[in-house]
Amino acid sequence: MKLSGAKILLKCLQLEGVGKIFGYPGGAVLDIFDQLFDSPIDLILVRHEQAAVHAADGFARTTGKVGVCLVTSGPGATNTVTGIATAYMDSIPLLIFTGQVPTKLIGNDAFQEADMVGITRPCTKHNYLIKDVNSLSKCIKEAFYIARTGRPGPVLIDLPKDVMKELTSFTYPDKVELKSYQPTYQGHRGQIKKMADLLLKSKKPVIYAGGGIISSGASSQLLRLAEMLSIPVTTSLMGIGGFPGPHPLNLGMLGMHGTFRANMAITGCDLLITLGARFADRDTGKIDGFAPHSKIIHVDIDPTSISKNVQVDIPIVGDVKLVLQELINILEKEEKTGRESHSKEWLTQISEWKKTHPLAYSQKDRIKPQYVVEKIYEMTGGDAIISTEVGQNQMWASQYYLFKEPRTFLTSGGLGTMGYGFPAAIGAQVAFPDKTVIDIAGDGSIQMNIQELATAVQYNLPVKIAILNNGYLGMVRQWQELFYQKRYSHTCMDVAPDFVKLADAYGILGLRATKPDEVVPVIEEALSSPKPVIMDFVVEKEEGVYPMVPAGKPINQMLLV
Amino acid sequence: MRHVISVLVENEPGVLSRVSGLFSGRGFNIESLTVAETIDPTASRMTIVTRGDDQILEQISKQLNKLINVIKVNDLTGKSFVNREMVLIKVAAEDATRAEVLRIVDIFRGKVVDVSPKSYTIEITGDEGKLEAIIDLLKPLRIIDLVRTGQVAIPRGKKDLQYVKNHDKNI
Repeated sequence: MKLSGAKILLKCLQLEGVGKIFGYPGGAVLDIFDQLFDSPIDLILVRHEQAAVHAADGFARTTGKVGVCLVTSGPGATNTVTGIATAYMDSIPLLIFTGQVPTKLIGNDAFQEADMVGITRPCTKHNYLIKDVNSLSKCIKEAFYIARTGRPGPVLIDLPKDVMKELTSFTYPDKVELKSYQPTYQGHRGQIKKMADLLLKSKKPVIYAGGGIISSGASSQLLRLAEMLSIPVTTSLMGIGGFPGPHPLNLGMLGMHGTFRANMAITGCDLLITLGARFADRDTGKIDGFAPHSKIIHVDIDPTSISKNVQVDIPIVGDVKLVLQELINILEKEEKTGRESHSKEWLTQISEWKKTHPLAYSQKDRIKPQYVVEKIYEMTGGDAIISTEVGQNQMWASQYYLFKEPRTFLTSGGLGTMGYGFPAAIGAQVAFPDKTVIDIAGDGSIQMNIQELATAVQYNLPVKIAILNNGYLGMVRQWQELFYQKRYSHTCMDVAPDFVKLADAYGILGLRATKPDEVVPVIEEALSSPKPVIMDFVVEKEEGVYPMVPAGKPINQMLLV
Repeated sequence: MRHVISVLVENEPGVLSRVSGLFSGRGFNIESLTVAETIDPTASRMTIVTRGDDQILEQISKQLNKLINVIKVNDLTGKSFVNREMVLIKVAAEDATRAEVLRIVDIFRGKVVDVSPKSYTIEITGDEGKLEAIIDLLKPLRIIDLVRTGQVAIPRGKKDLQYVKNHDKNI
């Protein structure tokens, strides 16, 4: 029996175990939407295509599966670009299906035509334009495989309208054979052995863990390694959740807004064990001052990450989970005498740093944003899924909410996309309908995708939005305060909607707190509501995020509170 | 330092723009690039001449490898290889200089491929030094136009281009 391209597409999705996708219809994808009408696959209809990608991204980050979205050609497709670039920078597996004008019109400047393969080439792991219906199922199979293997990433498939109508017999390949794509999973044994030797010799080791810990599912191996040799762990923003937040060996985040102890430990260590992190500029500060007295080990599945920013002593290309397991096996066989006493001095030094310069703020009459995050942490028991927007809200969330589990923190780390958090929270709530999902937002960021309130209402997704409302684009304002003589050029958002009334307009609950003692009752009421809720916390206007490493400075030169 | 990189890619539409986009997007430079089908019609060979220090070259080679359609990357620099480039030069050749042009072409074992009353078009193949030399010699006689192919390269001896393992997969 012959099937149309549109039918084949949905069959492939079902065979890949896809149940929920995010999208928006349009002319070029009418045939696919027609098939969706009575398909077991649920499409979550967003209100802007950018949100479809972020929602699929939130779905992917929380579940570890490939997030899928489907949009139309032209503007529908170009609206996805920010979402795709966000996922690409953070190595999130996504599959984006975009409609395209019929093949005979491609290149004709047809209505709603955009060269999506060209536009997304630099921000996808790979992309396809399907010109022949006979290659459709093979390309979809490859796309899923490419998206979730190796260093994961978004893959885009552009689907011309006529190809979706064409008929062919359907077969789904069992496996993918790509001679040009074979990620390395097993680390080099000799290198891992060297890594073990260095670990046992070092007196002041630090683990610097990144998003690779989460994408490879290596949290338990990381915990085992750290506890086995009492090695303190700092994470990048992307690594948050990869190592338990409240754990005594957790130093918190490093880098521009990292903790004092994490940045001092990096600067003072004699061995830096980098696991699935990429020495991003926000982590390292001035490169010359980063881990200057230290040997560096770097484990990463992506060879291009190695020796890109920092020259390392022991590079290991491989899956961080497999490498750590192998390392643990080696270490378990070794004698570990003499190890403990050395690390004791080092750990004492670190707790000294923690005592002298903890994360801190002081609150009087006005609500401090840090206090709101702290209360959200306490009142959810650290069991919520938290997404953030970008800016101060993101940094306070990463500092004051201690994430216990991987895949519970959703944030745009690499691209820094304002407007990410709310749709990502929607995606997470679709994946986990019974979990508490909270978007910690700023009053600026939330307005970038606020139209998605309708999506949350339509699908009964009880996402909670906590707006840390300071009336400013706070992070930019903070830079202007510190480095641009307080010339607050266009960072003051004088006009914003009344968020409580806005909630009302969407038929959901809106709550406001203006004084510190109103914070807890507001969170309490929000958490007990079965509906989406907007919490508007009117916070101290000019609060800053500290510590802060000024751009271009080494990370031990922090501005403190 | 200058490097000659040989890249085996899948012979598919869009691969050239993936490669050239990678160079422009990451700020690497291309001095020349040639591409054509190999003996296996599903694959094409690109020869890219680029410049950079060791770290940049390592990145170029790794980033190329990361492209899904790239099968093999082989930096030939420092290895034994033969490289050739062809140039077509249209040079003014009037009464006083016609014989002189032919003498130079002869010395360089070039060929005249087109003749007109006022010009010769000549074809020269060789390594870069040879092409530079003849261009320098012909310049005073007035070069009207010239077109270069960019370099192609192949390892010497029995080794084929598949032979040399790419270094970053063995870290």
